[in-house]
Amino acid sequence: MEFFERFAIPHPSPLIYASMVAIGLTLIAIVIGITYFNKWGYLWREWLTTVDHKRIGIMYMISALLMLFRGGADAVMMRLQTAVPDNAFLDAQHYNEVFTTHGVVMIFFMAMAFVIGLMNFVVPLQIGARDVAFPRLNAISFWLYFAGAMLFNISFVIGGSPDAGWTNYFPLAGTDFSESVGVNYYMWSLQISGIGTLMTGINFIVTILKMRAPGMKLMKMPMFTWSALITNVIIVFAFPVLTIALLMGTFDRQFGTHFFASTNGGMDMLWANLFWVWGHPEVYILILPAFGIYSEIIATFSQRNLYGYKSMVGSMVIISFLSFLVWVHHFFTMGHGALVNGIFSITTMAIAVPTGIKIFNWLLTMWKGKIRFTVPMLYSLGFIPLFTIGGVTGVMLAIASADYQYHNTMFLVAHFHNVIIPGVVFAMLAGLTYWWPKMFGFMLNERIGKWGFWFLSIGFVFAFFPMYITGLDGQARRMYTYSEATGFGPLNMLSFFGAGLMAIAFALIVYNVYYSFRHSPRNVGMDPWNARSLEWATQNPVPEYNFAVTPVVNSSEAFWDSKKNGHQLFKDKITKIHMPNNSGMPIILAGFFFIFGFSFVFSIWIGVIVSALGILGTMAYRSFENDHGRYISEEEIKETEKEYGGAK
Amino acid sequence: MKIDHSQPLEYGTHQNQMNILGFWIFLGAEIMLFGTLFASYFTLENGVGNGPSGAEIFEITPVLMETIILLTSSFTIGLATHAMRINNKKATLAFLAITLVLGLSFLSVEVYEFIHYYHVGATLQTSGFTAILLTTLGTHGAHVTFGLFWGFFILLQIKKRGFTPETTNKSFIFSLYWHFLDVVWIFIFSFIYLKGMM
Repeated sequence: MEFFERFAIPHPSPLIYASMVAIGLTLIAIVIGITYFNKWGYLWREWLTTVDHKRIGIMYMISALLMLFRGGADAVMMRLQTAVPDNAFLDAQHYNEVFTTHGVVMIFFMAMAFVIGLMNFVVPLQIGARDVAFPRLNAISFWLYFAGAMLFNISFVIGGSPDAGWTNYFPLAGTDFSESVGVNYYMWSLQISGIGTLMTGINFIVTILKMRAPGMKLMKMPMFTWSALITNVIIVFAFPVLTIALLMGTFDRQFGTHFFASTNGGMDMLWANLFWVWGHPEVYILILPAFGIYSEIIATFSQRNLYGYKSMVGSMVIISFLSFLVWVHHFFTMGHGALVNGIFSITTMAIAVPTGIKIFNWLLTMWKGKIRFTVPMLYSLGFIPLFTIGGVTGVMLAIASADYQYHNTMFLVAHFHNVIIPGVVFAMLAGLTYWWPKMFGFMLNERIGKWGFWFLSIGFVFAFFPMYITGLDGQARRMYTYSEATGFGPLNMLSFFGAGLMAIAFALIVYNVYYSFRHSPRNVGMDPWNARSLEWATQNPVPEYNFAVTPVVNSSEAFWDSKKNGHQLFKDKITKIHMPNNSGMPIILAGFFFIFGFSFVFSIWIGVIVSALGILGTMAYRSFENDHGRYISEEEIKETEKEYGGAK
Repeated sequence: MKIDHSQPLEYGTHQNQMNILGFWIFLGAEIMLFGTLFASYFTLENGVGNGPSGAEIFEITPVLMETIILLTSSFTIGLATHAMRINNKKATLAFLAITLVLGLSFLSVEVYEFIHYYHVGATLQTSGFTAILLTTLGTHGAHVTFGLFWGFFILLQIKKRGFTPETTNKSFIFSLYWHFLDVVWIFIFSFIYLKGMM
């Protein structure tokens, strides 16, 4: 029994027991459902072992949506707890766990996954490629992410959740102040999914640099592909920093080292520095692809080419460079002195310049355009004013001296949600709606989608704008409650109301998927949005080989040119196409990683050793494997194309 | 698969070119990884607490041995690549084997070094300085260990399959990795050992 005691929840409550039962029942239901419909074989062959970038992208997005609901439930619990003064719905420890998991889930397992999912689906299509450069590595990336996400999510029913905030500052995150295994979970789930993300970064840089269609020079790439390229460069340079920080954190917690301790020569501020050297670029890893999505959507629905292409690219390059030079602004109050704070204050403000250029470019794209108010466009139009407000409060926070007032208040919480929700979440929903017909061959319902947009936007304003005021009045973030005398009550109630509207919005978005799946017409053709870039030059949904014939490109809007200016995209004849084989190796490898992480969290060394051997053995197997892929024959392609309505 | 014979075989296919570019980008990430370790080392270097400082525990003899062994192995892996380019399988295998033996010797000396640190009271738990010292050295050592297995697998594959676009590509990439570990070691030698002993 002693062995099993370590898995007990240190701080149980009826809510957690209810979740355990719910998780158990859901798992049983899924297993029974798949068995009943006899779908195990289909699932294994078509999805779990796939190396197709489109399916991997869709799996990323499904996982991201699941995580959105997990993180969203956390968010609603927080707003509920703080809706009235002196509330006793959650106690301090639970509140700590809830805001920690909310942050981690939303950033790592929702936003990152959504961004990478969209990149997976769209980038190879936009550059006219058959797949990514390393399809199997891509599957490994996904499954490592998935293993990390699952590892993190079981924490609250086995052993306890992390409770030191998503920033996980030491010494708070050390064993002295965070005794449960929660923070170990944090370390290993992020480590495992982080390795996957790094591999994605390498994969996409090579894909974009080496696999573009003939004629597509770098400056003729669609803007989303540009944003993906720059994002992946940031990933490659930022994630190794996190890897080391997490390794040191693991050592401190599990092997008794003194990296981040305040005794024996340790340096507690080192964690904060390393974390944000990775963490600030991470912010731009999320927002740059969002910028790319908005660029595509605004150009399409204004029916004009993107204004200022070169300045768009240039400003993203500058942003990516500056993103590595601003990390200290997350802890101006730690006492670096005026000079250091001053430098980081200025670099932070400098980021507003390229970002501002982009905002003006989008506005000028719409200038004199024929704007169509579709759902993706509504999100883009909502993004511009809301994100600008978030940017302006960001510049306020960048003023180091004034930051002593804002630091660790709800003002900060309002600011970063103000950039992340209209920036990233709106972009993800806009992109999902925009590319939905490419993925599934039917459109999402516009009417329900618009309801979703308005609920989300208005809910967002109600949920977060009051926090600016309570923050300036001194309400600290991460406090599980406050007294009535502070007067924060009414505004917090307003926030809770806004959170409720947002919850309704997400319910509507899910209902929209169901509704459209049932009712939307299936014959949407190749170009339902009258779009501009190359991904629309193939069938909907996209066949597994993407393009029957490799397109030849002469501008960043090749598809528009082929429609309006008589550019011939497909010059060659259909010939056999080389494709990679599916493989079970990625999911097996990730399974070993999961066991490795889980065993390490609980210091079960025998499990660590066995799973480490499993990981190395899987890699060795891969090394000796001879796999030259397969060919899709000419006839098969012709037949598929005919089914879709004929190749051009 | 189209093979471009105007290029060396390891660059001969499009996939091979992408593999090599991908690995260079991976090495970029590795530079950040070790860069972070070095930055942390410089931060914690003086955090010796009650434990020993670098000057008290570093020994020049094993460090010089490690350096010479690893630099030589970098030379022999270069020779292996050269032999591969002139299509000499026997020499390639021989030089690859020598490289791996040198790698193993390096590791043996490093293990000796770690035992020495243990005996003079510089363990992972002693202080911030010893923790970052052993983590940095250990990360490099773990890379070498991984490289030994990887290189051995490639050796077996060349032996069995001869020079194919895959095996040449793999051994070329392995040589990049091995050279990179050598570069990292030069930084470790200069900025950890020499700086510490001065």
